[in-house]
Amino acid sequence: MPKVVDNRQIGPMIWKMVVETPRLVSKAKAGQFVILRVNEHGERVPMSIAGLDRDKGLLTIVYQVVGKTSALMTTVKVGEEISDCVGPLGLPSHVEKWGTAIVVGGGIGIAPIYPIAQAYKEAGNKVITIIGARSKDLLFYEEEHKSVADELHVCTDDGSYGHHGFVTDPLKKLLDDGVSIGMIMTVGPVPMMKFLSNLTRKYKVPTWVSLNPLMIDGTGMCGGCRVQIGDETKFACVDGPDFDGHLVDFDLLTARLGAYRQQERKAMKHLLGDPGCNLAESVRKFKYPDEQSGTE
Amino acid sequence: MSDEEKKKKKKKKKKPQGPNKLKVKERMKLPRQDMSNQEPSVRCKNFDEVPLGFTDEQAFQEALRCLECPKQPCVAGCPVEIDIPGFITLIVAKDVAGAARKIKETNSLPAICGRVCPQEEQCEIVCVTGKNNKPVAIGHLERYVADYERDNKLVKLPEIAPSTGRKVAIVGSGPAGLTVAGDLIKLGHAVTIFEALHKPGGVLVYGIPEFRLPKSIVQAECDFMADMGVDFQLSTVVGKMDTIDELFEMGYDAVFVGTGAGLPRFMGIEGENLIGIYSANEYLTRSNLMRAFDPDDYDTPIIQGKNIAVLGGGNTAMDAVRTGLRLGADNAHIVYRRSETEMPARIEEIHHAKEEGIQFHMLCNPLKFIGDDQNRVKEMECLRMELGEPDDSGRRRPVPIEGSNFIIKADLVVVAIGNGSNPLIPQTTPGLDCNKWGNITVNDDTMATSRKGVFAGGDIVTGGATVILAAGAGRKAARAMHEYLMKEVKK
Repeated sequence: MPKVVDNRQIGPMIWKMVVETPRLVSKAKAGQFVILRVNEHGERVPMSIAGLDRDKGLLTIVYQVVGKTSALMTTVKVGEEISDCVGPLGLPSHVEKWGTAIVVGGGIGIAPIYPIAQAYKEAGNKVITIIGARSKDLLFYEEEHKSVADELHVCTDDGSYGHHGFVTDPLKKLLDDGVSIGMIMTVGPVPMMKFLSNLTRKYKVPTWVSLNPLMIDGTGMCGGCRVQIGDETKFACVDGPDFDGHLVDFDLLTARLGAYRQQERKAMKHLLGDPGCNLAESVRKFKYPDEQSGTE
Repeated sequence: MSDEEKKKKKKKKKKPQGPNKLKVKERMKLPRQDMSNQEPSVRCKNFDEVPLGFTDEQAFQEALRCLECPKQPCVAGCPVEIDIPGFITLIVAKDVAGAARKIKETNSLPAICGRVCPQEEQCEIVCVTGKNNKPVAIGHLERYVADYERDNKLVKLPEIAPSTGRKVAIVGSGPAGLTVAGDLIKLGHAVTIFEALHKPGGVLVYGIPEFRLPKSIVQAECDFMADMGVDFQLSTVVGKMDTIDELFEMGYDAVFVGTGAGLPRFMGIEGENLIGIYSANEYLTRSNLMRAFDPDDYDTPIIQGKNIAVLGGGNTAMDAVRTGLRLGADNAHIVYRRSETEMPARIEEIHHAKEEGIQFHMLCNPLKFIGDDQNRVKEMECLRMELGEPDDSGRRRPVPIEGSNFIIKADLVVVAIGNGSNPLIPQTTPGLDCNKWGNITVNDDTMATSRKGVFAGGDIVTGGATVILAAGAGRKAARAMHEYLMKEVKK
């Protein structure tokens, strides 16, 4: 079973886990994903690859606490094992030498866009990186991105750090300035990917988005991860996870991602209410965005 | 049982007249024993197995019905050619463990096949007793001996030949792969099974529900393989982690591909990606492998529809609709575009489903799905059909009746119209020939593919079929692989 060599909080509800899985790491490429199972009775959850240390055989993922499974992930201590880490799954991100490429990471997507930026750079591209989050404390990986990007733009929705606004703002400026762009690649929340794709469609710049729909086996068997791409239904696990952002039906993706919201909340509430559960204090304070205004 | 007793039994077995003292005419008149089932009103609320199995006495009585006829059409009817009269004679002799070993000479998975094989169209349909009476309940007897052996801890490891020094990789741990593994390990080859999921068994664990095939039985069969020395590499996706070529580089001398069908088909109609519309694979995997039916203990969510509609008429459709009922549906519908005569599901499964109150809508095809403002499916528009001339499959082709549109209310839909072939292995294995449907093409006698040392069998070759046909293909492949390993691979 794969050993966890690091598991730490890097922001409010954001954690980074490093798993020792040398064989998987030796095969994995930027843009692919893995499926984890924390324990025997747990869900299988797809996670984007956020870093590969080929010398040490280490795989990094960055995750946000959104439900019971991710909350349980925070309780895994360094040196402990998780039940499974399967992969690498999905197709690697398409990488070629375009000249200039832009990578855009939003929220938790700041992490998986990093190995993709590295791959673009290694292919000889000038890499312009845009990362954004709701506020300063939700930003991470800035140093990592700085080490790769030829040009880095940092944005916060509330203006607490960097540019005050969305990732689409600096992108729009680059597009308006007529910078010749071979490819835009983005990973982030569905609304962000949708707005970004709507923007770049007008400029006719090829735009890839990495989708993370609900999934079970990750090998094409279950069909749960189907997404609407133009007129076609595709399976994100074998046809993706990267798709042409100008063809993705983002509204349907949003709906399908919410299929189990009620059940997830019930499970989370149950977990947080269990005094025997050894969850970090920060997770115990967890509230869904629409619950945050309410009193205890 | 002491050695002496065993010897006695063996001697008894060799007597030409056998232990069955009844005259043929008497045997032919004995009634077929009925296996008792859980009451429909009880079982539709639980996931426990439906048929309860034969008692010792029932098994003995049923075994007496076998005529031990010299022609043995039942053996020819069995895809793995189990010595059926041979094992039934041993039940009459009350050597049930011996009967189990007799079956295992040709079938590694009797507890599974005894439950899920379509015996009524294989061994039992040709049974001579069945000419004037009901056929011998061969399937029930197979299940009985396998369960008896396991429950009484009489399972013994078979003799394993000395190591040949040859290594075999098997991709997929479903019925085909397990059969190949069982056969080749006995012949002295080192066998590794690579499985993409975290539990071995393939479709036996993700596809077939607990009430038809308890997972503990599959696990017991896999444990038995492991005890024989088969190495299981779980959570390993061949084609992603290692390609077939890399397996050869790693020192494997031959590879068997038994990856199953595993790419669900949809109909391509409006609304098919709405929330609440599952492929049968996803729905059954959530419930079976991921045990969503047990939410107190497992974290996998599943949509619990009040009105479930399952599209299709095969065993998978029956499994899905009966799962939906057990998960709390008020109405559970089967929607099938042909008539009941053409339904591919086993008669027993259709019968069980009807007993449980499943509503059958024959000659009816969905046109589109209609969702609510949350993108959740709420109903589907269907069209009535009539049967025309036979099509390629030999079944009468359903033809739509214009203007016959009607609505079925459904907040949960499961599409069980079959599977295409999974592309992972063909995509990553240069020179591996496939047909236009993406199924791997093989030599029918040897299961050899276009790639030297690579063999294939089961649903990846045939498209969606049955457990026993996959096991049969596995046996054939194992025989040819053994020959290949001993002749072509020098050690």
